[in-house]
Amino acid sequence: MNNLRIITPGWFTIIQDRGRKGAQRAGLTEGGAADEHAYLWANKLLDNPMNAACLEVLMGNFEAVLSADALLSVTGADLEFSINGQPAENWSTHPVQAGDRIEFRRPLNGLRAYLGVAGGWLTPELFSSRSVVTREGLGGLDGGPLREHDELPFGPQQATFRRQLAPRYIPDYSSPLTLRLVPCYQHDLFSPQDRRRFSSEEYRISQRIDRMGYRLEGPVITPEVGGIISEGIALGAVQVPRDGQPIVLLRDRQTIGGYPKIGCVSSLGCSQLAQRGPGAPIQFEFVTLESVQAERLLFNRFFAASQWHSSGEELVWP
Amino acid sequence: MSDSTMRVEAVSEDTAMIRFGDTISEALIPQIVALEKRIEQRLGPLVIDLVPSYTTLLVHYDLNRADFRHVLRELRHLVADLEAHPEDAPAGRQVEIPVWYDPTVGYDLEALAERHELSVDEVIGIHSGKSYQVFAIGFNPGFGFLGRVDDRIATPRHKSPREAIDPGSVGIADAQTAIYPRLSPGGWQIIGRSPQLMFDPEQDPAHASLLQVGDTVTFRPIDRDTFISLGGQL
Repeated sequence: MNNLRIITPGWFTIIQDRGRKGAQRAGLTEGGAADEHAYLWANKLLDNPMNAACLEVLMGNFEAVLSADALLSVTGADLEFSINGQPAENWSTHPVQAGDRIEFRRPLNGLRAYLGVAGGWLTPELFSSRSVVTREGLGGLDGGPLREHDELPFGPQQATFRRQLAPRYIPDYSSPLTLRLVPCYQHDLFSPQDRRRFSSEEYRISQRIDRMGYRLEGPVITPEVGGIISEGIALGAVQVPRDGQPIVLLRDRQTIGGYPKIGCVSSLGCSQLAQRGPGAPIQFEFVTLESVQAERLLFNRFFAASQWHSSGEELVWP
Repeated sequence: MSDSTMRVEAVSEDTAMIRFGDTISEALIPQIVALEKRIEQRLGPLVIDLVPSYTTLLVHYDLNRADFRHVLRELRHLVADLEAHPEDAPAGRQVEIPVWYDPTVGYDLEALAERHELSVDEVIGIHSGKSYQVFAIGFNPGFGFLGRVDDRIATPRHKSPREAIDPGSVGIADAQTAIYPRLSPGGWQIIGRSPQLMFDPEQDPAHASLLQVGDTVTFRPIDRDTFISLGGQL
């Protein structure tokens, strides 16, 4: 079997696809690529199925060698990607050969890069997903992040092409982020003043961030009650514990929880948040359900219907 | 069940919440489970995931196939259908869990008995003397929240959680009881340990968790030898 042999595993490198669907009632976390937007592009660049597994590389310090020729793609954070020591373009495909050495060194813009391969990384599936949820110790090779000497299998190379995404589709992860959210859940348990403060003043990302959630720092908001009857938690739910500092819940959130929630951030907003690190400014904007649905549907349609131009460098709307 | 008590709300671009009531009640669980089954049967491909919990059912749907208005209409239809044919509501399964109640593995058993001015045997008798309903699954894969624990032994969590609770540990937190499926931190009062495997990742998602919301659970006291012979780990 062709494989990618890990020399330096990085700070926290894990296999991700779109996550585990239909198993939350067993208490299983959804998981999935923290930046779904960049992850989907990594597969689109390769004509992969949308659910093909990619590597999610956090902040770099990653080095690996290929045992066979392969067609790779790189998207997401700029982690100073290189092939055999030569800098290589982000948001591009890269035909590579057996013995080539690839590296992600350090974060220049964003936190998480996605490394795709034609056909996807073929690690074992669990509940129809290859996603790793380290808190549960499930998925991937051993339920944890990659380790030295791990070998990631991939299928035989079928085609070789060079593609690069047009700059207008590439987000700048260092730009200020406004998260659009739907008022829902216990929104009404927050005073009108708190709601206004929450959506008009600035928050900053704290040091306490991971794939489960991003804890923010800023104006304290206090719901009428400290706890609620535990209920299912949707992606992007903004939970407010007793200290009044909001937490945006992401892919590795628990399935149910008992803290009040003031709203739900759009899925595309969650992707952008997952690329920001401590200190980055965040604004919240309440919007209608219809507006976030329309935003996501437009993205989905564009993604499903768009095709690569014959030059391979441009996407066109059919 | 009536429309007046059940509410459907949008919570995100592809998720709806059905609220069955505002207080925890054993009577709500069969309704939640019945609606969950009907949603699966009738709306199959529209639905990505369902999360029942105490008084609610979270419905994650496929935005490419349905928007909230459509989902709302379908859910109302299913509720009306359920009201018209309540006899179709499925009963949850009966699950018996063997437990070795002993201070060796039940770190808090003696202190809990003392706190409530009961003997250890009385605590065991009370805990294993009734059946419990599964109100929710969460916290960890296969972790079922069971209620209600008899008032005589209901006990709050430890103020600071233990770093590691052994798999199979049976605990009490307020009026709830649970079995820890795997090694994890936790603040529950541990009174015994079960040899029963609570979560099996080799199974399909519908059967990976031994417990499901709506099941009825009873605890059967066993001795050390039985615990060991059933595969229990010390």
